[in-house]
Formats: sequence, structure tokens, C-alpha cells
Amino acid sequence: MVDAQSHIQNLSELGDTIASQLGASITSIEIINRELVLHAERAAIVKVLTFLRDDVNCQFKLLMELCGVDYPERENRFDVVYCLLSLTQNHRVRIKITASENTLVPSATSVFSSAGWWEREAWDLFGIYFSGHPDLRRILSDYGFEGHPLRKDFPLTGYVEVRYDDEQKRVVYEPVKLTQEFRNFDFLSPWEGVQQMLPGDEKARDSADESGGV
Amino acid sequence: MPEQQIKNFTLNFGPQHPAAHGVLRLVLEMDGEVIDRADPHIGLLHRGTEKLIEHKTYMQAVPYFDRLDYVAPQNQEHAFALAVEKLAGMEVPPRGQYIRVLFAELGRLLNHIFNVCAYAMDVGAMTPMLWGFEEREKLMEFCERVSGARLHMAYFRPGGVAKDMPDGLAEDIMEWAENFPKMIADLENLLTENRIFKQRTVDIGIITAEQAMDWGFSGPNLRASGVAWDLRKSQPYDVYGKMDFDIPITKHGDCYDRYLVRIYEMYESLKIVKQCIEQLPPGPVACDDHKFSPPSRSDMKHSMEALIHHFKLYTEGYHVPAGETYSVVEAPKGEFGVFLISDGSNKPYRCKIRAPGFAHLQALDMLSKGHMLADIVANIGSLDIVFGEIDR
Repeated sequence: MVDAQSHIQNLSELGDTIASQLGASITSIEIINRELVLHAERAAIVKVLTFLRDDVNCQFKLLMELCGVDYPERENRFDVVYCLLSLTQNHRVRIKITASENTLVPSATSVFSSAGWWEREAWDLFGIYFSGHPDLRRILSDYGFEGHPLRKDFPLTGYVEVRYDDEQKRVVYEPVKLTQEFRNFDFLSPWEGVQQMLPGDEKARDSADESGGV
Repeated sequence: MPEQQIKNFTLNFGPQHPAAHGVLRLVLEMDGEVIDRADPHIGLLHRGTEKLIEHKTYMQAVPYFDRLDYVAPQNQEHAFALAVEKLAGMEVPPRGQYIRVLFAELGRLLNHIFNVCAYAMDVGAMTPMLWGFEEREKLMEFCERVSGARLHMAYFRPGGVAKDMPDGLAEDIMEWAENFPKMIADLENLLTENRIFKQRTVDIGIITAEQAMDWGFSGPNLRASGVAWDLRKSQPYDVYGKMDFDIPITKHGDCYDRYLVRIYEMYESLKIVKQCIEQLPPGPVACDDHKFSPPSRSDMKHSMEALIHHFKLYTEGYHVPAGETYSVVEAPKGEFGVFLISDGSNKPYRCKIRAPGFAHLQALDMLSKGHMLADIVANIGSLDIVFGEIDR
């Protein structure tokens, strides 16, 4: 087994070789938790993936994973993450590109057949649009579902609930009704987090200020 | 008589069909009895696990992993535990690692017994199912003794395991492991050279090594195509590096080979189980940093600090430093990965679950094209599909 230091050494060397071969398509290289992460240009993703698959020193023949990540505060709010695996080199690499609701991400289905369903999943759950995908339908959510549930601004409870209606003899969709609101606690420690004044406690605070304490 | 144009016939297979292994809805375009196109409609068991995990603390997220591949629950927990440990920098003590490997292998046996037997039933053999489930029941009793639950154990926790094994369990597992090869031999007697079984499986759904890699195959399905790749060997985690075992592979990549690989893997798993029990060191089973793993019950009765730790862990949970990792285990079905992004809070920012079955089922269309309707049942069975993990 390779020890940690030389493993990281290998990874950064690999990252440098890939970056030098691909030039401007790779914007930056990181090593996070002993894993190689490449940030790539969205338009060049097919070229990057093809290179990584076919280059003799890379041979990342398997696409193990493709997923979206949502950062709503960013301008390009989505990350699309590709996890590749090379059996001959025994290396993994992650490629990240950014996307927004309105951008087109070139589909990777021409490079890896396995990308098909994962891209459908990213479309379904995040609303990331892949251009050139042969069959971009929803995959995990219900027939006729609206919205993209894994976006951060989609509520955990969703918008509709289903039940079987005995009078209409069919399943009906209704707006979600909760007997109790979903509770999302913030777990700031009360000894560290509370800043506001307790009612009736002003005098204690004032006297503390005067004596120069706390 | 003028030549008649025969229109393709569309057939709905499932979602409630005993050979669909759960809630698979297949829309089949048939040309006579030959399959033209198979379009799996998945998502009927979608529970939004990834969304739910984003709203739960790291500790509360563990049981969701049991409910993914419910045939071998502990292997999924293992991947999540490894991911959190990597981000938080927890060290698992040796005994904890050995127990995890031991139960991960029991999970593999649980899965392979189930798959081989259910698969045999799909293609017409009733007896293996009845025999296999008795063995599964014994294994689930071991799970119950160690964690209190037969199936959804929630036993592998980030930092180690929930609690130590009770006295006598190791001996009982050892005794079971001594006797189990007889059961595998019985299964092989029924199936391996069985004429009907071979007629249904040999040369059905062949996938070459190149195709298997293109479709993101992993685990037994990849090894059946002749690729010697096993994460337990190539990227060992916990104490797999110290274990002595072989990786069985077959060359042909058809349904029959996928069955054979699973049978041989059971023998190899037994080797690991025995080694784990023989080498099991004494000591703690979870990391001793009580900012991450809860203190013992008895400590809580005496120590105020332990009580506070317990309270904080079970309400707020622990905070994991910001970062990201893609951690994988060799689950019985293939590479099970967890892509975990932490933003430094007590809840995961994003937890993407890479289920091996998702990639395998995707290739069903390619595998089944040009085969007969009955062969699609053999294909589904041999791919080892469980909908808990595919639909998430």
C-alpha cells in the first residue's frame, strides 16, 4: 500500500500532467482529503472526459458518478461533479464544472454510456439541462411532477401530497397540509449563541458594563 | 395474399411483478417474442433520502443508509461512516475495524444468498429460496444479537460501531462459518450443473469487459466479465488490507457467470469472516473522542461531563469540518459510494449516494435487446437489482 505522502505526490503529479495536456480547459487543480479535484470549463467537458478516458497515463475508463450540487447564493448556482475511476492506474479523479438554470451542459453520453441516467437524474432533481442527451426525461420523481426537489430552495415537505379518494375512486393530489410545521432547529449553544437581552435583565447588564466586567 | 406489416407490441412488465425484484416498471417493445427495446421506469420507491439527509444530523443520517439496499444494510452504513471519518479525521480503533469488516462480510453473505436463491426462483427453481432463507435467518440473528435489529442495524457509526459484540457471539459465528460451506455445496448441487438452470442462463445477457466499463459496472457484475477489480484489494479500507482472500473472476460475462462469481465470493467471504474472528483484538470499538462518539451508559451515571456530551451529541450532533470526499466501499452489489460535502455545520450540505444497482439497471436495455421475453427475467435476476438503493 502506498503511504499518504507519496500518494498525494502521485496525485498532484497526475493533476499537473492532465492540466498541462489540456491547457485552458482545466481552470484549477485541488487536492481535498487526498482526492484529486479538477475544475474544468463547462464547454470543454466532453473534451476533458474523452482525454481522461483515452490517454495512456490516465485511462479513466469508468464514470462512477455524476451529480449536481446546489449553491443558491452563487451566480452559476450548480456544480456538476463527475467521478472517474481508472482501474489500471488505481486512481480516482473528480471533475467539477459550474452551471446555472439557463446554461446548457454538453452531455457526456457520447463518452460514457453510463452518464445517461445520471444526467437524467441531475435534470430531474436539480433542473440542470444537458444538451445532446438522447432522452432527457425525469427519472426518479413522479409522473407529472413539477419542480426540482434537490434544490436548496425546494422545501423538504414538498408542495403536494397524494391520497386515495374513495368518492372519485382515484388518487388525488392536494397541497401539503401539516398538523405541525416542520421544525428546523438551530443548534447554536445557548451559552455561546444568545446575544439578545433577556426582558427585565437590562439593569444587570448596565451594572456589569459600569464595573467593566464581562 | 399481400404481405402484412406487423406492428411492434408494447408490453408493461411490473410494477407489481414477482420477477421484477420490487417496483420495477418495464415498458417493453416486443417484436413477436423478441425484445426490441426495454425502457425501465424507476423511481416508484423514491423516498428522497438525499434530501432528508440534508436536513438531519450526521448521526441521524445513518439509519437512512440501511433502507437503501435492505438486503445487506451494513455495507451502506460502512460507506457513510468512512466518509464522515475522513472529513472529521476520526480514528477507528482496531477492534472496531475488525468488527466492521466481520459484519460487512456477513452482509455480503446475506446479499449473495438472497440473490442466488431469488435468481434461481426467477428462472424456475423453488428449493434454493427455501433453503437459503433459513441461512439468512441465522445471519440476521447474529445481527440482532449485536445491534438489536435483524435487518436495519444502524450498527456502523462514524467513529466505530455502536457497541461491542456480546459474549459468545464470535464463537457462534465461527461455528456457523464452519458449517456454511455445506450449504453452498448443496446450492451448487441444485444449480451449477442443472440442465434447466444452464439453459436459462448460459449465453444470456453477455456483456464484455469494455462494455461493462462503459456502463459503469462494478462488483460481481464487472468481475464476471473478466476484470479483476475489487475495492477490498485495490483500495483497502479498515482492515481489509490484512485479510488473505482471493478475487474470483469469470471470463464470459453472461448470466451464468454472474451467478458463479457470487457463489465463489461466498467462499472467500467465509475466509475473511474466520480471519476476523481469529485475529479479533481486544480494546475499544469506537473512537474515544466523545465530541464524536457517545460515552458509555455507565459513565453517564457518574460523570457530569459524559452526560453533557451525550446530551449534545443526541440533540445537536457533532460538527464536521468543511470539506468534501467521495468514499467508497465494495458493497455486495458493487461500488457503493457516498459523495459527502460538509459546510462545517452539524448537517451534511450534500450527500450523493452512488448506488451500484443504478448503473447496472441502466444497461438492461443493452443487455436484453434481441433476447426473448423470458430472458429479461434472467437478466434482472443476475444483475442483482434492489430498488431501495436505485430509487433512493
